[in-house]
Amino acid sequence: MVEESEQDFSKKLEQLYRNEFRRVLATLIRLLGDFDQAEEALHDAFKAALEQWPQQGIPENPRAWLVSVGRFKAIDKLRRDSRFDTFDEIPAQLDIFIVNPEDEQDECLEDDQLRLIFTCCHPSLSVEAQVALTLREICGLTTEEIARAFLIAPKTAAQRIVRAKAKIRDTRIPYEVPAHEQLPERLNSVLQVIYLVFNEGYSASSGHVLARHDLSAEAIRLGKLLMELLSSEPEILGIVALMLLQDSRRAARTTSEGDLILLNEQDRALWDRDQISEGVALVKCALSLSGFGAYTVQAAIAAVHAEAPSADKTDWREITGLYDVLLRIYPSPVVELNRAVAIAMRDGPEAGLALIEVLISQGQLEDYHFLYAAQADFHRRLGQTDQAILAYQHALKLAQQEPERRFLQKRLAELHNK
Amino acid sequence: MKYLCLICAEKVMEQMPQADADEHYEEYREFTSNIRKSGHFVDCNRLLPPSAAITIRVRKGKISSMDGPFVETKEQLGGYYVIEARDLNEAIQVAAKIPGAARGCVEIRPIANDAQTLDVLGLD
Repeated sequence: MVEESEQDFSKKLEQLYRNEFRRVLATLIRLLGDFDQAEEALHDAFKAALEQWPQQGIPENPRAWLVSVGRFKAIDKLRRDSRFDTFDEIPAQLDIFIVNPEDEQDECLEDDQLRLIFTCCHPSLSVEAQVALTLREICGLTTEEIARAFLIAPKTAAQRIVRAKAKIRDTRIPYEVPAHEQLPERLNSVLQVIYLVFNEGYSASSGHVLARHDLSAEAIRLGKLLMELLSSEPEILGIVALMLLQDSRRAARTTSEGDLILLNEQDRALWDRDQISEGVALVKCALSLSGFGAYTVQAAIAAVHAEAPSADKTDWREITGLYDVLLRIYPSPVVELNRAVAIAMRDGPEAGLALIEVLISQGQLEDYHFLYAAQADFHRRLGQTDQAILAYQHALKLAQQEPERRFLQKRLAELHNK
Repeated sequence: MKYLCLICAEKVMEQMPQADADEHYEEYREFTSNIRKSGHFVDCNRLLPPSAAITIRVRKGKISSMDGPFVETKEQLGGYYVIEARDLNEAIQVAAKIPGAARGCVEIRPIANDAQTLDVLGLD
């Protein structure tokens, strides 16, 4: 056997951690019945792996190994702590000592993530708490990353998570997939969470790396899992379609240096045709069902882009029409901004500029750099260099992500050189 | 991420009956050994009582000093841990096990790791 370097091994472990920790945690929560104990057990299991695997090699089924080591570490702790407990507290925890072989079968483990999703998105938790908890416990984001994604202080996010876990424990929210008749109403917050996770992966809220592919892939995977369970729900099809269609452009949306490439400048040959055909088929299916919503309409917009042979040949009439529908289903200033961009493509930059000026005069989206980037782009296309520079500078002040900042700086440099 | 956990309580070790202090020390021995094992430990120590504190100010190049801590409160700063945790919630879980949390309270402060701070402090 070729001896592996220590570096290769630690890389392998890191990869394994990223692939497995969510599933292992979801199962440990079921086995231990407590989020905090499960997280500690997860931490201890990976610590043990880090110590033992370099000598003993990676076990054949690392996930089962981690679950079982995590469970025994937790039992160990309970035994040690039990001397502080009264006798009647112990029986409640006894069932974790019983190892049921079915517990560790792959099918059961697969379902654990779904159980965890529905528990994290339980209606007795606030929506903010559901989202924060799901992102941390299922997707493995840190509290600080969640705080950045929601533009709140880390301590606020931390308290949401602490309180949510306390509520799950105190009100004994069951760790289960809801019964069929409850499923649709439990679905909306789950979809919101999945889409936020996807976006965290597709365009991380700050930092140097634009795309964190594993998160997007995880969101798509979770969406597809839900789709299997609830194939008659159009919005699940819609959200999976939307994610697939956006993800299909991944390879085309950044340069090898990580710089952003706008939709109209992307090399369409790099778009993932398999994802596009899968996404388009799902959109068609979703639109044929009654009760489709905002995710399906957004997916339909993405599908029009995906099927256009070139930027010039995009059907902007169709797209603005879809934005009108979207605005009726989901009125929001961000949708208005996107509609303004589509109208500018259909009718020219003046029309877009007028709509953006309305948004600005209403004090909407003050901190949203895309608003000023769009305004700058319209001025630039109209040859209004000074106004374009001002707007790009404004956008640059608000943009947090490195690739977006570089894109804005590049545009600014081009205008200064005119 | 590193977090500073400041332990505050109405009584510091010097102000407790010896038997209580001894018991409390043993709790700290167990906790500290546990977080060394779990890999969360970075640094820690106990602070001498606020009566040993002196607060200084420099104004126009002159040092003026005052007895006592910067802020007088009923709860006193008695010690600290610096821990390494994956995020603020893990830090909360670890800090909740600091023995002082069951007697007084623990303030958790994320330690800065922005580029400017690291550069200025020569920490990168």
